[in-house]
Amino acid sequence: MTPTHASSTPGLWSRLQEKSIEQLHIRLESIVVLLGLITLMAILSPYFFSVSNFMNILLATSTIGVLAIAATFVLSSGGLDLSLGSVLGLSGVVGATFAVNLGMPTPVAVLATIGAGALAGLVNGFVITRGFVPAFIVTLGMLGIARGLALVISDGRVIYGLPEWMVFLGQGRPFGVPMPVIIFIVVAIIMHIVLAYTRYGRHTLSIGDNENAARTAGINVEFHRLTLYTLSGGLAGLAGLLFATRINSGDPTAGITYELTAITAAIIGGTNLFGGRGSILGTMIGALIMGVLQNGLNLLAVQSYYQQMAIGGVLVLAVFIDQYQQRQETKV
Amino acid sequence: MSLLSLTGIKKSFGAVSVLHGVDLNVDAGEVVGLIGDNGAGKSTLMKIVTGIYQADEGSITLNDESVLDLTPGARRARGIEMIYQDLALAKQQDVASNIFLGREPVRNILGVKIVDRGRMKQEAQVMIDRLGAKLPSITRPVGSFSGGQQQSVAIARALTFDPKIVIMDEPTAALAVREVQSVLDLIRQLKSQGISVILISHRLNDVLSVTDRIVVLRQGTAAANLKTSDTSMSEIVSAIVGGGDVAEAAAHEARG
Ligand SMILES: Nc1ncnc2c1ncn2[C@@H]1O[C@H](COP(=O)(O)OP(=O)(O)O)[C@@H](O)[C@H]1O
Ligand SMILES: [Mg+2]
Repeated sequence: MTPTHASSTPGLWSRLQEKSIEQLHIRLESIVVLLGLITLMAILSPYFFSVSNFMNILLATSTIGVLAIAATFVLSSGGLDLSLGSVLGLSGVVGATFAVNLGMPTPVAVLATIGAGALAGLVNGFVITRGFVPAFIVTLGMLGIARGLALVISDGRVIYGLPEWMVFLGQGRPFGVPMPVIIFIVVAIIMHIVLAYTRYGRHTLSIGDNENAARTAGINVEFHRLTLYTLSGGLAGLAGLLFATRINSGDPTAGITYELTAITAAIIGGTNLFGGRGSILGTMIGALIMGVLQNGLNLLAVQSYYQQMAIGGVLVLAVFIDQYQQRQETKV
Repeated sequence: MSLLSLTGIKKSFGAVSVLHGVDLNVDAGEVVGLIGDNGAGKSTLMKIVTGIYQADEGSITLNDESVLDLTPGARRARGIEMIYQDLALAKQQDVASNIFLGREPVRNILGVKIVDRGRMKQEAQVMIDRLGAKLPSITRPVGSFSGGQQQSVAIARALTFDPKIVIMDEPTAALAVREVQSVLDLIRQLKSQGISVILISHRLNDVLSVTDRIVVLRQGTAAANLKTSDTSMSEIVSAIVGGGDVAEAAAHEARG
């Protein structure tokens, strides 16, 4: 499956691959894996292949998918955001506090939810770009801080009873499609356009590819990074909104280890762990692979402990395959 | 009249004095080789020209106008372009993305500024053709290209700034032998389009084959200024190492 070398004539696979990457920004392998996984699950479980189950998969994928979009932007710029899951939890609690404890109207509570995430991201970005602390450390610190803050604000308890219109965002089903799925797809399309077709997106990839080249070309690398971490936090806030409104409560323990799944989805989707390459469409395939995998394991009644192990294993395997291919491609 | 004129350039880093008053002139369309031993100050001098370093003393004029007070960006806008040793290429991006990095053309679609890929590819192709460079595909990541092909991408990018003078610091140092020739052809191509080139290189044969004039930096000054057609390898080498130390000169030549 490795691409042929430049000297030999490319086969059908390589030509399709090149077109797919050039036009859709998707690596074909990820589609093959998704279809293979769907086929496997359909064979293993009689409940898998149905419209309602596909809706379940999409619904479960929506929260992780939004986080995976954040992970794609940050990773492809050569950064890392380990605080995604904790910021999701913090945002949900902040939103629930605004709506329930402070009795704020829905639009204010929604903005507060997303704003709390963006603020956490801004802090990450500020310490990384102005304090010269590695992103790994800063966002690992934020993983602890945001989770702790969520527990402090909520006093360690789940905040129940969101207003009706907020619950609609998580549980409404216009035309039979869950609202989180609609929001997720709209956000994914917008962010795909941003990453693949705007100067902001192209600069994001260039910074991850060769920071010095970007700087030489006049791109304000530090400011760009600051905006990326803020965006990442804001998307985690949106994921927190989807999660909280779906379960109709602000849960301070929501989203634990979600960064693991989100980063895995981004990497399976073809994002380069070290920056320079990434696409939201690719990540969507990656998120669906994770969604199908988790759904299938649920249907097969596999305990969630094993599911954690499966996700961790998939992450390491995906990076291994990517590294292996890169070594093959650079071989002369 | 010179295009670029340096007079009495001095530069020290702390207690280390690197340049003690260097004079250098480059005419329009002229290719000048700048040579000298490691640490002679060639890269430092060129960074002073592009504005990355400030000279302690001396003047720099482009078309008789001083550029000393200009930022690197403003000097670039006036036509001083430098191609760095590491080429400053984003290796996973394609040719067009690299050539237009930081100034991608955009189209307005429903109020959103979308990068105009079609125009980028087309204009990138024009630049590549203008250089006569051969690339496998302009839509492939430049990291998959050979060193010489990457060099042509960097030069094509420089061309899009409409430079009057292009400075190249060791462009052939990391190249396979057959690729060196194509880079030398690119330099001739620039010259034929009226663009001046300053070439820094340790490969004296290349310098002899492509330059009009050769300036030797030694002990912080321009120790020799030789017309390429009137000089020889041994004259250059003895200017690099200083005086008539023939044994040392031979050793240098052997090192390449
Ligand atoms: N930024 C710097 N700080 C201190 N010393 C420097 C710096 N840049 C260059 N030098 C010193 O200046 C001298 C000339 O370096 P350089 O211009 O790179 O030489 P060349 O390019 O001719 O090999 C060397 O001794 C080098 O150590
Ligand atoms: Mg040097």
